[in-house]
Amino acid sequence: MLEVRDVRKAFDGFQAVGGVTLGVARGQIAAIIGPNGAGKTTFFNLVTGHLRPDAGVVILNGRDITGLAPHDVCRLGMGRSFQRTNIFPRLTVFENVQAAFISHRGRGLSFFARVEGLYRDETYAVLESVGLQDKAGEVSGFLSHGNQKQLELGIALASEPELLLLDEPTAGMSATETRETIRLIERITRDRGLTLLFTEHDMEVVFSIAQRISVLHQGRLIAEGAPAEVRSDPEVRRVYLGERAR
Amino acid sequence: MIERLARVPWGPLVMVAAFFVPALGSRFYTFVATDVVIMGLFAVSLNLLIGYTGLVSFGHAAYFGIGAYTTGILMKKLGVPFVLAFPAAGLGAGLAALVFGFFCVRLTKIYFAMLTLAFAQIVWAICFKWNDVTGGEQGMPEIPYPALDWMQRLPFFGDFRASDHFYLVTVVLVALCFWTLRRIVGSPFGRLLTTIRENPERAEFIGVSVRRYELIAFVIAGIFAGLAGGLFGIFNRGVFPDFAYWTKSSEVLIMTLLGGMGSFWGPAVGALVLLVLNQQITSYTEYWPFVLGTVLIVILFAFPGGIVGALAAGVTRLRMRHA
Amino acid sequence: MVSSGALPDPSFLFAQALSGLTAAMFLFLIAAGLSLIFGVLRVLNFSHGSFYMLGAYLAYQVVQWAATTPGRFWWATIGAALGIAALGGVVERLLLRHLYAKEELYQLLFTYALVLILGDVAKKLWGTGQLSVSRPPGLTGAVELFGTRLPYYNLFILLLGPAIALAFWIVLHRTRTGRFIRAAALDREMLGALGVNVTGLYTGVFVIGSFLAGLGGALVTPVKTIVPGMDVEIIVEAFIVVVIGGLGSFWGTFLGSIVYGQVLSFGILIFPRFSIFSVFALMAVVLIVRPWGLLGRPLR
Repeated sequence: MLEVRDVRKAFDGFQAVGGVTLGVARGQIAAIIGPNGAGKTTFFNLVTGHLRPDAGVVILNGRDITGLAPHDVCRLGMGRSFQRTNIFPRLTVFENVQAAFISHRGRGLSFFARVEGLYRDETYAVLESVGLQDKAGEVSGFLSHGNQKQLELGIALASEPELLLLDEPTAGMSATETRETIRLIERITRDRGLTLLFTEHDMEVVFSIAQRISVLHQGRLIAEGAPAEVRSDPEVRRVYLGERAR
Repeated sequence: MIERLARVPWGPLVMVAAFFVPALGSRFYTFVATDVVIMGLFAVSLNLLIGYTGLVSFGHAAYFGIGAYTTGILMKKLGVPFVLAFPAAGLGAGLAALVFGFFCVRLTKIYFAMLTLAFAQIVWAICFKWNDVTGGEQGMPEIPYPALDWMQRLPFFGDFRASDHFYLVTVVLVALCFWTLRRIVGSPFGRLLTTIRENPERAEFIGVSVRRYELIAFVIAGIFAGLAGGLFGIFNRGVFPDFAYWTKSSEVLIMTLLGGMGSFWGPAVGALVLLVLNQQITSYTEYWPFVLGTVLIVILFAFPGGIVGALAAGVTRLRMRHA
Repeated sequence: MVSSGALPDPSFLFAQALSGLTAAMFLFLIAAGLSLIFGVLRVLNFSHGSFYMLGAYLAYQVVQWAATTPGRFWWATIGAALGIAALGGVVERLLLRHLYAKEELYQLLFTYALVLILGDVAKKLWGTGQLSVSRPPGLTGAVELFGTRLPYYNLFILLLGPAIALAFWIVLHRTRTGRFIRAAALDREMLGALGVNVTGLYTGVFVIGSFLAGLGGALVTPVKTIVPGMDVEIIVEAFIVVVIGGLGSFWGTFLGSIVYGQVLSFGILIFPRFSIFSVFALMAVVLIVRPWGLLGRPLR
């Protein structure tokens, strides 16, 4: 479904991502791991169109999307959540998700319809699947960190993507929250038949649900394969030596 | 009790009440009311950009000025009737907003603001120098009133003066504009504008082409500013270059802030308060800028949500105490 | 002005260029402070022009009070600059500081409110008439240079400008404080995390910027009449300079001042009818084509 070939990106001479090739099959759950600064978020930004690669191609469902603007990429079936919580703080939980539906279903340029109850059913369905239906009327900026992350996921789902990119979905969470979030993500992925690509820091998370893991280090791919293979790869162990396993 | 008060549709009520100002009989009241109604529209149009989309424009007066000159030139020099010259103001301003906006939305924050300012000053300079078309520095005095004789046949309103008749026409037109703008901000488009204000990056990634939406908002705001300008030129009995000058832009910006950027009617309230305050203060002292500056500082530090914001916060506090 | 058919008179061109350079140096003093404050505090300080104007008025006042004291022009200049620096410090510490957490719009409008207030304060204290200060006794007279007459005072300004620019550059790049200032412009959070007193740094930068504005105002008094409205006139020009040179770039501001000075000088000759137009058209063109100016850092 997603094919990334040899993408590179440098900032002022620093090679953030140097020739990474990666593929994700439809329905797969794939993870990208790597120590801090390995280039994971930059890689994501290259795939979603927030950054333009210096070289290489990004192909989604056979279509070349390299360098397309984020809003176009989103319309082609890719959803994304961000590492630092990225919601619409002064809008309510309901409005956050509703906005995504409005945009995705192409009603954005409707100037005279009333917006109050638009896509109410769909929005509540998404809120329920991420567990926020009771908080629909709350202003999202006041939610707890964990709830905001759930909302993030909800917004991404409202774009009805085929491929979901999650950037460190459990960042900053306690062990309990992490477990719950992972269960939630797994369930959603299964129920909606999504393809999932996520980056993570937490090794337990990754090894528990990923079917395929790519390891990034200093912008380069140093290992790739099924969890068991990656776990025993000497290069990976060397890179992670000294990293506290959570 | 608070709940019921809060639910009253103040906006439409005030607009209806506005119809009866001429009945007070004073030329002065009608004058101030016309000023408030027109500037209220101007400020609300700016708030579409600032309060709803998060775009701070320092040059909104450009479209006000273009609207005023369009109507003025059409009516005074070409004898075009008001019924055509008025919408033409919106059209002219909208076109300008389309051209200027195209360049402005490619920038963000301070650069956006400065480019809007630069464009507005260019408009001012053109109006100031193009003597043949705009009358140059002297402007175009004596814009004719629209043909309002038919109003003399109306019951109750028929006996008013011409300026009162024009005021009533203004109230109707501005009410229509407010209604339209209200629908727009309450529409799916309006909702997506707020996502741009809250988080442009995230808006992109729910599929919103931020630049395109900002440009559309810019044009809509420009159209209504132009319509306000068209009315103002007639009200003012003359169109002058300073309609587009940066001080006009700052005036409307302060009105918006004073009234409150967080609500639809806030800027209109700000226009009312500022104009009335201006009338009162300038009759006592020449140091209006000092007063204005002080008021602005008080708002910035103590009431960032403006008057409406402060009222809303007060209502919330009362609600909680009674709950 | 142009000799029949042939090239314009070179000494005339030289005179225009010199006048453009002199204007540029004054502008540089103001724009440098503006650029510094924007670079570090991220505030576009509209009241900078008001500080310039108050510096001029203050210098005038001190000269009046000092009556016949020798060297009174220099005392007045330093006094005015220091006075404005103190004003800047008070404004930043008591008022502006509390707005940093709020949106940029609030900071901008605050500085604009200051313009309104300070403008009226000046009007109340010194009236609306035109005031002027005569040149310091040491610098009356002029020198002949390539067929044009260059007043000694202007020559002094032409030398002072680059001298201050150089001094500035040395402070920014060769001292510890300068390094902190440059670091704060790049990443204030990081600097704070490193234990540097960022709040104090902000006040310091604002004070330095205000000092330069006051100095510029005081120094311009023998050359220009002091009138209400000079605050707005100079801030608009400073904006344009900073945009052309690049917001936050030091040498950009210097270069921008020179470019703008020449554009103003020669532009009036070529397009006398449209000088007010061309100035803003220039600003618009720069913002459209290259918003980060000549030497600024490209936006994303």
